[in-house]
Amino acid sequence: MAVNLLEVVRLSKRFGGFVALDSIDLAVAPGERVGLIGPNGSGKSTLVDCLCGTLVNETGEVRFDGRDLAGLAAHQRTRLGLARSFQLPRPFASMTVADNLRIPLLYTVNARRKPALTEAEIGERCAELLTVVGLADRARHYPKDLTQVAMRKLELARAMAAEPKLLIADEAMAGLSNSEVNDIVALLIRLNERGITVILIEHIMRAVMNFSQRLVVLVSGRKIADGRPDEVIRDAEVERAYLGQ
Amino acid sequence: MFSYDLLLNAVTAGLLLGGFYAAVTVGVSISFGILDIVNIAHPAFIILGSYIAYFFSAQFGLDPILTSIIAQPAFYALGAVIYQVYHLSFEKRGQDTLRGLAFFFGILFITEVSLILVFGVDYRYVQAGYIETSWHIGVVDLPLRMLVPCLMSLAMLAALQLFLTRTFTGRAIMAVSQDQLALQLMAADPIRIKRIAFAISIATASLAGAFLIVIQPVEPSIGREYIGRVFAICVLGGLGSLPGMLLGAMLLGIIESFTATFYGPSWAPAVSFGLLLLTLAFRPAGLMGR
Amino acid sequence: MRTPPFILLGAVIAALVFAGARLVGNDYVFFAGYTVLQFVVLATAWNILGGYTGYVNFGTAAFFALGAYSSVFFHKFYPLPIPVLVAIGAAVAGLVGLGTGYLTLRLRGAFFSIATLALAVVLQTLVVNWNYVGGSRGAYVIRPAEDSVLHLPYIQYLFLVMLVLALSAVVIARTIERSKLGYGFATIRDDELAAEASGVPTLKLKLIATVISGALMGMAGAPFPYYIGYLQLASAFALEYAVNAIAMPMIGGTTTWLGPLIGAILLGTLQQIVTVTISSAVNLLIVGVLLVAFVIIAPNGLVGLWQRLFSKR
Repeated sequence: MAVNLLEVVRLSKRFGGFVALDSIDLAVAPGERVGLIGPNGSGKSTLVDCLCGTLVNETGEVRFDGRDLAGLAAHQRTRLGLARSFQLPRPFASMTVADNLRIPLLYTVNARRKPALTEAEIGERCAELLTVVGLADRARHYPKDLTQVAMRKLELARAMAAEPKLLIADEAMAGLSNSEVNDIVALLIRLNERGITVILIEHIMRAVMNFSQRLVVLVSGRKIADGRPDEVIRDAEVERAYLGQ
Repeated sequence: MFSYDLLLNAVTAGLLLGGFYAAVTVGVSISFGILDIVNIAHPAFIILGSYIAYFFSAQFGLDPILTSIIAQPAFYALGAVIYQVYHLSFEKRGQDTLRGLAFFFGILFITEVSLILVFGVDYRYVQAGYIETSWHIGVVDLPLRMLVPCLMSLAMLAALQLFLTRTFTGRAIMAVSQDQLALQLMAADPIRIKRIAFAISIATASLAGAFLIVIQPVEPSIGREYIGRVFAICVLGGLGSLPGMLLGAMLLGIIESFTATFYGPSWAPAVSFGLLLLTLAFRPAGLMGR
Repeated sequence: MRTPPFILLGAVIAALVFAGARLVGNDYVFFAGYTVLQFVVLATAWNILGGYTGYVNFGTAAFFALGAYSSVFFHKFYPLPIPVLVAIGAAVAGLVGLGTGYLTLRLRGAFFSIATLALAVVLQTLVVNWNYVGGSRGAYVIRPAEDSVLHLPYIQYLFLVMLVLALSAVVIARTIERSKLGYGFATIRDDELAAEASGVPTLKLKLIATVISGALMGMAGAPFPYYIGYLQLASAFALEYAVNAIAMPMIGGTTTWLGPLIGAILLGTLQQIVTVTISSAVNLLIVGVLLVAFVIIAPNGLVGLWQRLFSKR
């Protein structure tokens, strides 16, 4: 019996009187490709924030790789192998694109291994990652000079640089062209083949359906469906609440 | 030395002081609590209000509080200008707290030094009919120089609360802190709303300044003592809530009054600031990650 | 340039400055120079926290005063050599920085800044009420005629001490800037949330910055009672420390060690001139106006302007 990589049990989050997440249960097995969809404001990003430690949930448990994450700061969770990209890109504006990738290498990867990566190795990995996402020619540029699309790629690359076991990609493809979407999906599948579990949060249904082995639907803070993609999209409640929009 | 009289008077003095502190703080309740602008220069505007009240009182014999009410439109305009500069230089460019803080610190500083240059470092005070008078109810002293500002402060707070909850502009101001997009959809310009709010906050400083100089003599550097008090009260009372702020002000007033009565007045500044530090340290819920 | 050659270069420049000052033969150079060097330390120290991580400390005077009053405290029962006092000043100020930081750095930057203002006033109140260090009357510290090691006239000795402190501060700032720590600080300034998500232990780094910054400020304050002879609250908690420690890095440029150095030297010298020719109040007014002007117009300071003028497109 495989131990789930991520186990979320009855997780709830309120903001004052507003219930953002209502008793969410979620289990993700190692190596899975999970898609998470739902209308805007349904709590997807709030869920990611709670998992990653940016927000603190009121009730419920989050277990990652067997460990209870309660009380752990975001950076500690990242070091354990849980990485995320932000829905609205948050690059380090005062550094070049390449240096942006240096940070997770210095602070996450190096924290896990002895001996630490050498300067040369860091440089190599930054270059590699940039090539993989298609930003190699932008290595010395600053985030303010990047297009929206390039910033999203940087956001993804930075999460990848942390060598996660579980990568949560939060709307990484918004605004991308069809071929770019395909590229990113292919990239995420390749990552997955290398052993990285991926949770993909997206609105682009084509990408979600192509990518996911399992589909989870969140509406108004509640999970209303969790199963095989082709079955989930035929579910009546899902159609009504989300797809019908 | 513990006596019933002393206790009662300490509490009364604390409540009166608290009423005054509320007037001092209400501007920051608006600019920081609602607009999320850390205007640490607010006390400087209060001192400016004190000096203007002093000047007109000394020159023309006008009642200081009356003067400050007349001066309010000028303060309103000043607030609008400062917000405009702040918005164009900092808010628009993104979250640059460092520069915003430095900006207001610079203004605090310039105001204080300018007052030193114009008026010197001597204490200034005003004369008005009621300042020397004191009413007595039983064993309790009610010096008018504290009572009048306290009552007027409560009136000002009540007016502001009505404005914020009953008028369209007022409700828009409360809304702008929560959802700018929704406000835009309601066809209200968020920038204009914020400017109005900030201008109001500076206008309150005019009145608070008059209260201050009625209560005690002022000199330019007094403003600095109030920075901690003001933020302590805001934090204690809950950001963005005027009634909460009033409670916080009363609480601080009473604590300071007790400290001054039983331990000596020179310890009073440490009380409010110490309280601020402790509150910040141990009441993180509601303050974190905003 | 790697660090050891930089230190060597710095030491050579410092030696030249000292020799040059002695050549002029007028004690005023040492008095004025001491003040400018003191500002180099304070501005550089402030920038390690404010410029690198983005957390604004308004209580520079508090940390400076901790160093000064520690010296007074020890002077009263056993006069210690200045280098020892400097170490003590650093330790005391660093500890207070650690404490304040621990209490407030988990909150938004704005609350930290307000807390530093509060700290300055609390400290001032404590000192006013503590008669051992002079309270509100102040404390006299007799300056010896010359120091016991190098046998220099005392003011020259103090100047030399401050020169060494300034060099140390600059070297420390530069080393941090170029290290892994420097990258970490920059991420905190740029986007703390993203920094945490990338694995940066932001609270720990912020505490490190606060301790280093505070300790350096305490070090700058330790020799001060000997320099001024009579330490009273107005001078120790003077407004000029608070505003200069912020204005100098912001005018010089906050992202690099060079900014505070340039800001301190330019502004410090300007202030000496204005204070002597016009008045100290006007001087402070000018500093305030310059601060606001630069913050609005040239947010990256003189260094930033230079970079914009000369950067390759």
